[in-house]
Amino acid sequence: MSQEALLKVSDISVYYGSLQVIWDLSLEVKPSEIVALIGSNGSSKTTLLDTISGLIHPAKGSITFESRPIETLDSFNIVALGITQVPEGRELFPDLSVEDNLYLGSYNPKARSQRAKNLKVVFEHFPILESRKNQSAKTLSGGEQQMLAIGRGLMSDPKLMLLDEMSLGLAPIICTELYKALREISQRRITVLFVEQNVRRSLEEADRAYIIESGRVVLSGTAKDLREEEKVKKAYFGL
Amino acid sequence: MELIYDLSTPVIMGILMGGLYALIALGLSLVFGVMKLINVAHGDLVVTGTYFSYACFTIMGLDPILSLILGAPVMFVFGYAIQKFLMSRSFGVSMEAPLIIAFGLSLVLQNLNQVLWTPLSRGLTTDYAFKSFNIGEVYIPLPYLLNFIAALVVMLVLRTFLSKTYLGKAISAASQNKRGALLMGINPNRIYAVTFAIAMATAAVAGVFLGLTFPFTPTTGVSFLIISFGVIVVGGMGSMLGTFIGGMVLGLAQTLGGHFFGDAAQMLVAYLIVLVALTIRPQGLFSR
Repeated sequence: MSQEALLKVSDISVYYGSLQVIWDLSLEVKPSEIVALIGSNGSSKTTLLDTISGLIHPAKGSITFESRPIETLDSFNIVALGITQVPEGRELFPDLSVEDNLYLGSYNPKARSQRAKNLKVVFEHFPILESRKNQSAKTLSGGEQQMLAIGRGLMSDPKLMLLDEMSLGLAPIICTELYKALREISQRRITVLFVEQNVRRSLEEADRAYIIESGRVVLSGTAKDLREEEKVKKAYFGL
Repeated sequence: MELIYDLSTPVIMGILMGGLYALIALGLSLVFGVMKLINVAHGDLVVTGTYFSYACFTIMGLDPILSLILGAPVMFVFGYAIQKFLMSRSFGVSMEAPLIIAFGLSLVLQNLNQVLWTPLSRGLTTDYAFKSFNIGEVYIPLPYLLNFIAALVVMLVLRTFLSKTYLGKAISAASQNKRGALLMGINPNRIYAVTFAIAMATAAVAGVFLGLTFPFTPTTGVSFLIISFGVIVVGGMGSMLGTFIGGMVLGLAQTLGGHFFGDAAQMLVAYLIVLVALTIRPQGLFSR
């Protein structure tokens, strides 16, 4: 645990106009970790990921990636540094083919040279995408669309993948498959920070977790410790 | 049989006329499709292209169609600069802000053209602009046919560019899902500037063919802007093929309307078609 953090969020406050949604929030993710963000609806988890991705800038505090401050950078610069977000609702390009969706994942100049290699990796994890590469993205099933969204993220040659609610609206068996893929992706030295509503699942899949309520971290620790934590049991497992 | 013979002139003229409408509307449609901006300055930008070609024609004796070798790149750069320096900052402010800037640009261009060229009616009076030919009994002015060919070529080039090139795909991606594009590292400001630039290059082409077909004044752009709105409402905003066919629909509505109800009613019929299209298929006939 003495390793240098890959991503370090320190004391950030984020506003929408005059409405504050994140309050002095800090967290860190170390290389090759799988970290979960847990919290109910409206706890600003998506806002936090968007702030890391540079779609919103914090009013206060700092975010560093590989010790480099990134809180003022725009999203296209942040993608080039190696942070990719697989957003909630997938946000695919519906009328483009599966293959074109993947190609556009490698839009940043650094990823373009790695395109062939990363495409092979994507098809290894999700062979179904290869067999459907000429179909338009909107014709895929929900699970396949989620695979495409993750694949598109992998195409950007990331060091850190932010995953937002990937199991939303999907059948449990597909979620299990996706989490299996996620663990394999993490084996490729890609660090994962994911948001998940299902607390039990989060604490099974993650090494560590942060529990967020109304834009504040209320509890954090290793997944193992949190599973035993009385407050978590009470609030989330109904025990 | 007599009816078919009677209709052949308005049908052929309508389709060819639609070519000019489509040619003018393609740039408007592209900008709307990608940036969701109704560029009310589009007509004036087209006419600015006409005047540019007029200047080349009268001062240097350059053929208007050949002058596009200069005009299209000049308008491309002009379009890029408009988006980059004038519009881009306003996009974050509100939906209305870029619309107001476009409106201001329209007024400035009209008045600038007025100062430079006076309000007198002018034309790109080349030899071939007055040529015509016959198909059977139908008499066709050559510029009408050129308009149609130019529209077809520009439409096919844009379609191919958007669906086959990497930059074109990135533009399509940004128009289909802005958030998705941002998260993939696509810089929307650059995409928008390139899109506006391409739209202005097509406006330069449209400007030349407009000038070969009709006399023009600094305020001509306004009436063609309104027709172009009709075209993209019917055809589907952002769809290049839809815009092309929308042009034909409006051209045909106009000539057939004139044929059946008299010349005074021709634009009325065209706009009634727009209204009907808007009611039945508000997303446009060819929109996804």
